[in-house]
Parts: sequence; structure tokens; C-alpha cells
Amino acid sequence: MKKDLLGIADLTPDDIYRVLETADAMREVGQRPIKKVPTLRGKTVVNLFYEPSTRTRTSFEIAEKRLSADTLNVAVAASSVLKGETLVDTAMNIEAMSPDMIVLRHACSGACHLLSRICKSRIINAGDGMHEHPTQALLDAFTIKEHKKDIAGLKIAIVGDLLHSRVLRSNALLLTKLGAELWVCGPPTLVPPGIECLGVHVTTSVDEAVRDADVIMMLRIQQERMQGAFFPSLREYFNVFGMTTERVKLAKPDVIIMHPGPMNRGVEIASDVADGPYSVILEQVANGVAVRMAVLYLLAGGVEDEAAA
Amino acid sequence: MKRLLKGGRLVDPANSRDGMFDVLIDGDRIAKIGRDLPVHDGMTVVDIPSGYIVCPGLIDMHVHLREPGQEHKETVATGTAAAVAGGFTAVACMPNTSPVNDNAGVTEYMLKKAAEANLARVYPIGAVSRGQKGEQLADIAELRAAGCVAITDDGRPVATALLMRRALEYASMFDMPVIEHCEDQTLKGDGVAHEGFQASSLGLRGIPSEAEAIMALRDISLSSLTGGAVHIAHMSARQTLAAVRFGKAQGARVTCEVTPHHFVLTDETLAAPIPYDTNAKMNPPLRETADRDAMIEGLSDGSIDVIATDHAPHAADEKQVEFDNAPFGITGLETAVPLCFDRLVHKGIVSLPRLVELLSVNPATILRVPGGSLGEGAPADVTILAPDLAVTVVAARMKSKSKNTPFDGWDLRGGVAATIVGGRVVYVNQSAHLVI
Repeated sequence: MKKDLLGIADLTPDDIYRVLETADAMREVGQRPIKKVPTLRGKTVVNLFYEPSTRTRTSFEIAEKRLSADTLNVAVAASSVLKGETLVDTAMNIEAMSPDMIVLRHACSGACHLLSRICKSRIINAGDGMHEHPTQALLDAFTIKEHKKDIAGLKIAIVGDLLHSRVLRSNALLLTKLGAELWVCGPPTLVPPGIECLGVHVTTSVDEAVRDADVIMMLRIQQERMQGAFFPSLREYFNVFGMTTERVKLAKPDVIIMHPGPMNRGVEIASDVADGPYSVILEQVANGVAVRMAVLYLLAGGVEDEAAA
Repeated sequence: MKRLLKGGRLVDPANSRDGMFDVLIDGDRIAKIGRDLPVHDGMTVVDIPSGYIVCPGLIDMHVHLREPGQEHKETVATGTAAAVAGGFTAVACMPNTSPVNDNAGVTEYMLKKAAEANLARVYPIGAVSRGQKGEQLADIAELRAAGCVAITDDGRPVATALLMRRALEYASMFDMPVIEHCEDQTLKGDGVAHEGFQASSLGLRGIPSEAEAIMALRDISLSSLTGGAVHIAHMSARQTLAAVRFGKAQGARVTCEVTPHHFVLTDETLAAPIPYDTNAKMNPPLRETADRDAMIEGLSDGSIDVIATDHAPHAADEKQVEFDNAPFGITGLETAVPLCFDRLVHKGIVSLPRLVELLSVNPATILRVPGGSLGEGAPADVTILAPDLAVTVVAARMKSKSKNTPFDGWDLRGGVAATIVGGRVVYVNQSAHLVI
């Protein structure tokens, strides 16, 4: 792997499999009475979050602590931005204190690439704007593999706000790299132009997307990003695109339902589907810790090709 | 003082000359053009090396000099130093300064700074609307009297069709063109890059080509309605070029310009070699290969009238931020000529006379300013070009106060040897073999 994890775009299928295999080993740590290994002892990891995040930040922090890293959280939204400090200046100040890794969440696409160019610390992208969220895609792949063994050949449907979704972009890159048949579905106003160039099938019909699907992944309607009128109402959205028990019935009998969270119940997903027997949503969260431990380990502790970085 | 430019190839399409002519400069005027002009005592003789081109001074009709108000990015002095280093003897500067150039006081200030710098000629362009707010016409007669050669609300379009109509009608009484930054603001939204696969894949908000084309069609229609002259600035989309061709075919008074970056680069520059390079962020955005190729075709077939740089200097720290937060624009004055030679002339897309039309004759005609011609008695604004000079772009060595260029490190063939404004040699390229 490279020095940083900026996106799935930089990973080969071998890189992805190595993360997933390592995550499998890491999961065992979380099942011990003492959930801690000394792997990253003496390493400093800064979780630099420019956007509010509960799940991802907590998941990274638990992963770091289970690996014995010294970890600290910097929630910048409330401090430096208001004082007018640039991202580069904030990062350079953190760099001056010699951390080993910076986990960055930022509202602007490409923010991690900017830090990657100026920082010696390893950068892990914890979500940059509408661009990528690589650890989410890795934990999704890990979860799918647990249930379906092989990702190649699976029909996977991703339904929701495709336009604003970094989860979509990372998953589209990852799942097509591993040979899945990927269908993406959403209102035409929320389909990124040219997305078909990623090798995915695009449809506005949920039925077509989920028919005989092995995996259904719902995307959050990001109401905080909705400055334009992308669809008439949440009610209409649910009627046309919401995942209901009836629609799930079109999929394969052993379909799994995924959601990166946080969910809008009754908007993109009906509560009975979210809590139903096909749902693996909480497994995704559990697997997130193991996958992030794997990423941290491979980047900081278990780097095999340090010289090449 | 007399200076004889001897032995060069003169390319002066306005006077239908292309050949081995000597140029005699007397004071600030062209005194004589002819073959093998005699040398007299007291004349400074400049031997033009074989292969070099002597042409009317280049005119960049679209630059941002940033003064007054943003002198940390550029001043009239540094901007005109960049201009003459780029072979431009004159520049027309945009009114989106702070305060806006919407009154004679600002125009006069710019002209005073230009006189102090005493490098390139500066032709201010006034605002269409007071404060560029798109509400009320600026005092256009006053701007004209103070020295403005055109009006524009550049940086943003003229807000409404009604205001554009009034601007075209009103400016026509002074025979001034209205220069339009074509962009439907509602379609642009908060877009930062060309809407297409690249922006989608990088997670950048898109600006569709139609945001430009729609506004161009509006303005061409209004030009037909009013008889006023409209000039489409920094055209980027093939749809806009189609609109201009349509307008010209209908006899509308429409002209247009394209920047070097829009005929050289595409939106793939957003992803590589530097992902999210803020020096690939400009407005209008770099578009797709089909658009870039359309611009080249328009340059070749004559549909495009002018090459202008949209020189938009920004300080390094302003550009070293998240892509979304970076200002739009790149510098252009010092890279235009090498890019034109390398990508247009040497590739056989435009001839040298055509290049001189694009960079000198046509801007002078559209703005109704002197220049664009080396006829006897004309101002001695002359650019000497070295078509085969090996040029490596080094941003750090540029004269512009700002170094925001995506062309840093590029190796190009063709450059500027010297620049003469009003008979004075204001720039000599030390790497050209010219004793002047």
C-alpha cells in the first residue's frame, strides 16, 4: 500500500484483499476479555474531524485504542475554522508535534490529497466531501464477504442519493474492482453525470435495481446537502425510492440489506426493513472497527514496503 | 532616436505584409517599412536573427491587474511587467477591482499607475453596472471619457436580459462593445468544475457547459435586437462556439475570445498529474476533450476572433486550500505566446498571420484602440517573436506577482524575444539571441 489511504481509487484488488484478510485477524482482538494489543504502542494518531461524525470517529478511536496507539481527537469545526486558520496551517501545526498518522474527515472533496502533499504523517481519508470514504467501502466489502464469500459475480444494488455520496463512489470503485455487477439507482436529479463510465448500470427503477440482487445498499438522503430542489418531497421520495418489504421481496431470498448510516427511517428505508431479518446494518458498524484496525496496522505498524512509500 | 529592425520576417496582416521587410522606428512611431532599408548615421540597427518574427504588438484584451484593492495578488506595475515579458504591448484590464471600476476616479487611478509603470499600454474596461451589482447602469459616458474602451461585469454575467439590452443600446452610442462573462448563475450554482465524468468521479460540484451557452445565446439575440456589439469572453464550451457561429451567420455583431488554457487543457487536469490542483480551477472551467478540440477548430476555421489570457493572479496561500475554497483563475500573460506557438502554430492549426490577427489585429479592432498594425505612422508597438526558442516555464521566475499557473515546468517551443512599446524597448528575453 502507499503512504496514505486517500481512496479506493489508489488500491489494487490485492491491496483490498490484504486489508480484508488483516481485518479478519483483527476482529478476534475485539472478542478478547482484554481488547488491546500493543501493535501501535508509541504511535500517535490524530483524528482531525472537520465534519460532525459519531460513527466513523468513534470507530476509528476504538480501533486506534485497541492497537494501543496514543490517540487524540481534534474537532475543528468549533475551533480554528472560526478563527480563520486554513486547513494547511492547522495541519502544519499538528505536523509540528510529530504525529504518525492523521485521520481526516472534511467537507471538501480532495482535502486529504492536499494534506497528503504537505504532510509527512500518513493520511487516512475518513470521508472527503462527495469524493471517497474508503474505510466505509472496505468495511462494506468485509461484511458482504462474510455473508457471500466471493464478491465477484454478485448483483449489488445501491439506491439513494448517488450525487452527494462519497460512500457510493468508494463502493463503486471497490465493488467493480472485485468483479461485482453493480446497479445504482436514484432520481435522475441525484445521479452524477458520467457515472456509467465507472462500469456500473444506472437505472431509475428500484425494481430493476433490486430484482435478484444479492446485496441492497441504501444511501442516506443527505438533507444537509440539499440546497437545490432535487425531488418534490420526502414523502414522494419514499414512495418512489424507499426500500420497503415489498421491494425487498424482488431480491434473492438470501439478500442482505446494508446502510452506511445514519439512517432516515421512513425516507430511504422503512423501519421494518432496517430492523428486519435481512438487515446487516449493525454488523457493518461492528466490522468497521476491525477494518479500521487493519488499515491502521497496515499503514503504520505492518507496512511491508516502507521503502517504496 | 531611430531604430532599424533589420532582416526579420515581418508579419503584419493588417497591411497585407508577410515577408522580409525592415522596420524603421523613429521616436514612438513607425517611420518606414521596406525591403533592405538603408542604414544612416545615428540609427541603432537591430539585426533580427534568421527565423524571428516582427509583428504588431500583441494585445491581451482580458487581464485582471487587481489594482486597486488586491495589490497582494498583482499591481498595475507587476501586471504590465508580466505583459511585456509575455510579448504584450497593451492589455485591457477588467473592472472587478476593489472598488469596482465603475467611475472615472478608478479609471484615472489605473491609468495613472500605468503611466508610472510605463511598460505596457493599459486600456481599462469599465463596469456595466454600478458596483457590478447588476441593477443600475454605471456612468458609462463618464467611464468612456476617462479612458475606458469597453464595458463588462466580468467575473459575473450582466444580471438580467433587460439590463444587458440597455447596456448594449447605451454603449452603442459610444461604439463600445459590451464584453460578457457568459454564465447562467442558477445553472452554475455552487459548481467548481466542468460537469462531467471527471467532476463526478472527484466529487466536485459541476458547472454544465449550457450555463455558458444559454447566456451567449441570450446576448447574441439581444445584440440582434439592439444592434450593439457583444464580445463573448473566455469561451470554453463547444455549445457556445455553435451559438457564436449561429450569431455570426445571422449577421449579429458578436465576437469571441478563447484562452490558451481552454485550447490546451481539459478537465482531466483536475485528476492528474496533481489531484485537485487548484491551478486547474478557473471560471469557466476546463472542459472535455471535445470542447478543447472545438476551440482548436474554431481557431483554425476563423470562428474565434481573439486569443486572450484571462490573466487572473492569486496569491499562493489563497490557492493552497481545499479545491472548493480556492479562488478561480490562473495567470496567463507569460505563458500565452509559448502555448500558442507550441500548440497552434507548430501543429499547423493556425498560420503566423492568423496568430497575429488573433493576438493583435482583432483585439485592436474590437476595442477600437490603436495597434494591430505596423503601417507607416502607426505607434511603434512591436513584438519580436522567436518561433523556435526552447522555453521552459518556470513559475518562480515570472514577473507577475502571483505564480498560479498549471504550466509550471512545461517545455514549449516558441517564445518572445523582445517587446517594444512606443518605440522603447521594454523587454528583452535574455535567452533569445537578440542584441537590441
